[in-house]
Amino acid sequence: MSQDKPINSPRVKLSQKQYQQMVDAKKPKVNLLSRILRAFISGGLICCFGELLINVYSDVFGLTHDMASNAAVATVIFLGALLTGLGVFDKIASFAGAGLAVPVTGFANSMVSSALEYKREGLIYGIGSHLFGLAGSVILYGVVTAFVVGLVVSLVR
Amino acid sequence: MKNKKRGKQTVQFSVPPIIVGAYTIAGPLESEGPLGNLFDRATSDGMYGQKSFEKAEAKMMEDAVNEVLRKTGDLPEYIDFLIASDLLDQIIVSNYTASQFPIPFLGMYSACSATSLCSAVAAMLIDGGYASKVVVATSSHNSSAERQFRYPVEYGMQRPPYSQSTATGAAAALIADSGEGPKITSCTLGRVIETGSTDPFNMGAAMAPAALDTIVQHFEDISRGPDYYDLIVTGDLGQFGHQLLRDLAREQMNMELAANLADCGIMLYDKDQGVHAGGSGCVCSALVLFSKLYRQLRQGSLSRLLLVATGALHSPTSCHQGEAIPSIAHAISIER
Repeated sequence: MSQDKPINSPRVKLSQKQYQQMVDAKKPKVNLLSRILRAFISGGLICCFGELLINVYSDVFGLTHDMASNAAVATVIFLGALLTGLGVFDKIASFAGAGLAVPVTGFANSMVSSALEYKREGLIYGIGSHLFGLAGSVILYGVVTAFVVGLVVSLVR
Repeated sequence: MKNKKRGKQTVQFSVPPIIVGAYTIAGPLESEGPLGNLFDRATSDGMYGQKSFEKAEAKMMEDAVNEVLRKTGDLPEYIDFLIASDLLDQIIVSNYTASQFPIPFLGMYSACSATSLCSAVAAMLIDGGYASKVVVATSSHNSSAERQFRYPVEYGMQRPPYSQSTATGAAAALIADSGEGPKITSCTLGRVIETGSTDPFNMGAAMAPAALDTIVQHFEDISRGPDYYDLIVTGDLGQFGHQLLRDLAREQMNMELAANLADCGIMLYDKDQGVHAGGSGCVCSALVLFSKLYRQLRQGSLSRLLLVATGALHSPTSCHQGEAIPSIAHAISIER
């Protein structure tokens, strides 16, 4: 537990903790239900679109199911990147929230937005150093989690 | 020498310096807001014809300084000091702007409270007899500030309703010992206040106590009350910080601020412009002060104004390390 200190202004006779409690009580609330619903619907739509792509790739182009799902993921990543480059992804995301952030669209957005942001600093110090600035955490903890889960599953079997 | 210090933190000028001219350049979103037609220049191009957002911001500030001097008919050679401030690391925008002028340069950082700090220092230099003409300039840019303090511009995320949006633009003013215009009659420089706030999306909560501290200190130091002023305008508390300041004043000081209290961050935008709680940034208070309020002061529909520009003095590193946001507020009183 961190120590509670008074606010260093004689005009506010509250401790820092009391002030933060006052702030929390008064601050405008995020409408969680609306955000969850929007994420559920938009995320679900993206996944349905992915399924549609898999069907098209396997039925129309004759790819195996594995190949078709890889191609579908690549397509969705491409669309996420394209929408980021066109400057509309962030506008859709402010509505859809996690619905757009959790699927690979969010991953594509985090990398392309970083690349766009840092391209002025050049290929090495800009794009190269910053491309995984936001996505790095997803990759690291994704790989670590996959490894641990894989290990547990192989031990249990 | 006559001592001009009043109380603990206030300086009252014996010959109040005059704001003889001002020039504002507003970004795309600001130009579409309620003050859109009051800015001297409104740009619809966030890049301002430059190769990067940082260069755009520097060019805006340079143009603002050039244009205010053109407006008042002054030459850079006869300006004693340029005092400038912005939000970027090492105040790089101000540094580049200053490199374009043969004027001794004072670079300042006090986050979004810069407009009142720079003006206060300019007024002290002039009333102290160390200068007769000083240019103050501040700027901020939504895209350059967002990348430094938060996320890439195109990164998709949902912001909380109490978050604020950095204003884009630049403003400059010429403050002098003679001429026509509203006068800076006093200034109260703030102390750094620690509130324990750690949420960089909730700047209003981090800064409201600092604003209250400086306002009350100002009143105590020169024996005034809120009624003395036609308008007390804070810099960028936003909707939530504005409400907190009123509540704190009422609950802690038994002081009613509602009638003549306003906030530049709220005044700069319309509610439907997607800026959530309002604007922020160095130029937020400057764009409102040097457009609408400056005109009202010149025309006479406003006689006594107290600008309390507020600043959150954190760095991106201090925030990531979970440290609290130190905050400050500086006040200047401007009277006809």
